[in-house]
Amino acid sequence: MSTHATNGNGPAGTAAPYSVGPSLGGGGRPALFPLFTSPPVDQVAVEERAASLAKRSLKKASKVWGLKLAISMMDLTTLEGKDTPGKVRGLCQKARAPSDSDPSIGPCAAVCVYPNLVPTARLALAGSPVKIASVATAFPSGLSPLTVKLDDVRRAVEFGADEIDMVIDRGAMLAGDYAKVFDEIAATKEASGAAHLKVILETGELQTYDIVRKASELAIAAGADFIKTSTGKVQPAATPAVTLVMLEVIRDHYYATGRKIGMKPAGGVRTAKQALHYLVIVKETLGDAWLTPDLFRFGASALLTDVLMQLEKERTGLYQAADDFSKD
Amino acid sequence: MTTRKETVEVANGSAHGAGVIAKATTDEARLRVSKTYKMYVGGAFIRSESGRSFQVKGSSLESSADPATVNIPLGSRKDVRDAVIVAKAAQEKWAARTAYNRGQIVYRLAEVLDARRGELEASLVRAGATATGAAREVDCAVDRIVFYAGFCDKIASLAASSNPVSGPHFAFSVPEPMGVIGVLAPPRPALLGLVSAVLPVITGGNSAIVVASADDPRTAIVFCECLATSDVPGGVVNVLTGLASDLAPQLAKHREVAGLDAYLDDAALRASIERDASESVKRVKTQAPFTDDRIFDERGGQGLTFIERFLETKSIWHPVGL
Repeated sequence: MSTHATNGNGPAGTAAPYSVGPSLGGGGRPALFPLFTSPPVDQVAVEERAASLAKRSLKKASKVWGLKLAISMMDLTTLEGKDTPGKVRGLCQKARAPSDSDPSIGPCAAVCVYPNLVPTARLALAGSPVKIASVATAFPSGLSPLTVKLDDVRRAVEFGADEIDMVIDRGAMLAGDYAKVFDEIAATKEASGAAHLKVILETGELQTYDIVRKASELAIAAGADFIKTSTGKVQPAATPAVTLVMLEVIRDHYYATGRKIGMKPAGGVRTAKQALHYLVIVKETLGDAWLTPDLFRFGASALLTDVLMQLEKERTGLYQAADDFSKD
Repeated sequence: MTTRKETVEVANGSAHGAGVIAKATTDEARLRVSKTYKMYVGGAFIRSESGRSFQVKGSSLESSADPATVNIPLGSRKDVRDAVIVAKAAQEKWAARTAYNRGQIVYRLAEVLDARRGELEASLVRAGATATGAAREVDCAVDRIVFYAGFCDKIASLAASSNPVSGPHFAFSVPEPMGVIGVLAPPRPALLGLVSAVLPVITGGNSAIVVASADDPRTAIVFCECLATSDVPGGVVNVLTGLASDLAPQLAKHREVAGLDAYLDDAALRASIERDASESVKRVKTQAPFTDDRIFDERGGQGLTFIERFLETKSIWHPVGL
């Protein structure tokens, strides 16, 4: 990713980088959405800061606490064309009781599936606190007419989804058509009704941290309850640096309005160590208030296995074999 | 670099240098380019994550690449765990290759070893072998690799069986690799001992995490340089240097390690490995290092049985008469 001082709003180099005032945005022209003239992101500094937060060593009791917290924040995800009801039921069982050996572990926060599999998950999760998240809005590309996307959302909610993971139109975002992106998110929020709305930015396609920051602000302004990095279908998916950029938007929004927005890195978080790294980034950026499944989630499938292996190692003192833990 | 006539002392530039001083005394003398000895994990030469090292006696010769003492990485328990992850991933791909291809690759290792015999012999001499003894050991090591290369695509036929059973079925038994195998190489002979322990393990399709001889770790590292320039994929053979007493318990307790082959003088350590490994029901072979007579011998030091030690047998029942 490269970073530019300005993007989208006019000739490069003419904008006052921190103009967030009501009249003049980038390029000396009155800003259409003053809120969206976001400050530029220092790429080197944000990557350095995110990397430096990985250097903290968490051991023993604090590690166990962190890993159990991470499990309680997981959206166990299966988003494949070959998903079967059987696989989803298995995933739901795993979300309810992730560990055979230690009942104090879990449950996970949610399972995340395609809309057609929501009814299966609904049955499998009856009576448990595990939420059902459904991707919608023509996931993963989002390149369908708005009416189709909204219908997708309504059906997922009808099927029983508690949370909707929508994708933004990255093409529109990159083309500078922010109004379209904003309107689609707002319409999706309305269509979601009582369901929580997570907005997937697909940061791997947004090219620069500046655009990630802008997209995050836009999503929050349009009504997102959570902002989420990735679909998991594009590399790079979640990275510590891009997560930090988005957390800083959440922090700034909280300072400006007092409203707490959630964050969900998804894709690319595979190891227990990475999960702890993300928790450190959250704590250092937003504080303890965000260390809860209500405001922070991991979108993951392979992560749970590694976290369980590490917890079992802490319990027994023996390093574990991957083959002893179920993959799906 | 210095060519001044008077004696000058130059701080050694090697990364492990730690105050080692090289002396240049003549017009021809040049600053020694000391070699940094590193462990071999996942196809890369690495230092211990702990940053620790231990010392072995170097060379007093001005012409040698080594100063009087040489720093060797002192592998840590975390180095073992990191190697296990690498070896596990590599093993699946290694076993998935055709047996014929594994045979080609192992044979290529023999070619590379033969081409670097000068370096290997010098390394053995440096650790105390005679010139003739070193040459004999390298010869035998190369031959042994060729021996196992030939077995790669024959072991399946030799160790398999078709079992007539009482009933309308036929049963086949075929050998399969076990996974990641820990090898505690004998302290001596440093090269032949290492080759004799590692080759049967990888011939069967396993990957190996080897703790090299602490008496002569440099020869093991030269062997790793042969591995790195052969076609053996990174991670199939991983060589750690350090103390067996530090590393063996970690290998024995780790559940991802499927078997252990230990050639150790220390009977108490052998016993404790067996105890530690019982927790995860590993296959453990512990023995005192072989005598020279045995390890150099074509019958005593190599053979099908060494390959079979780390194979599992899969039996398949098949209906007859269809």
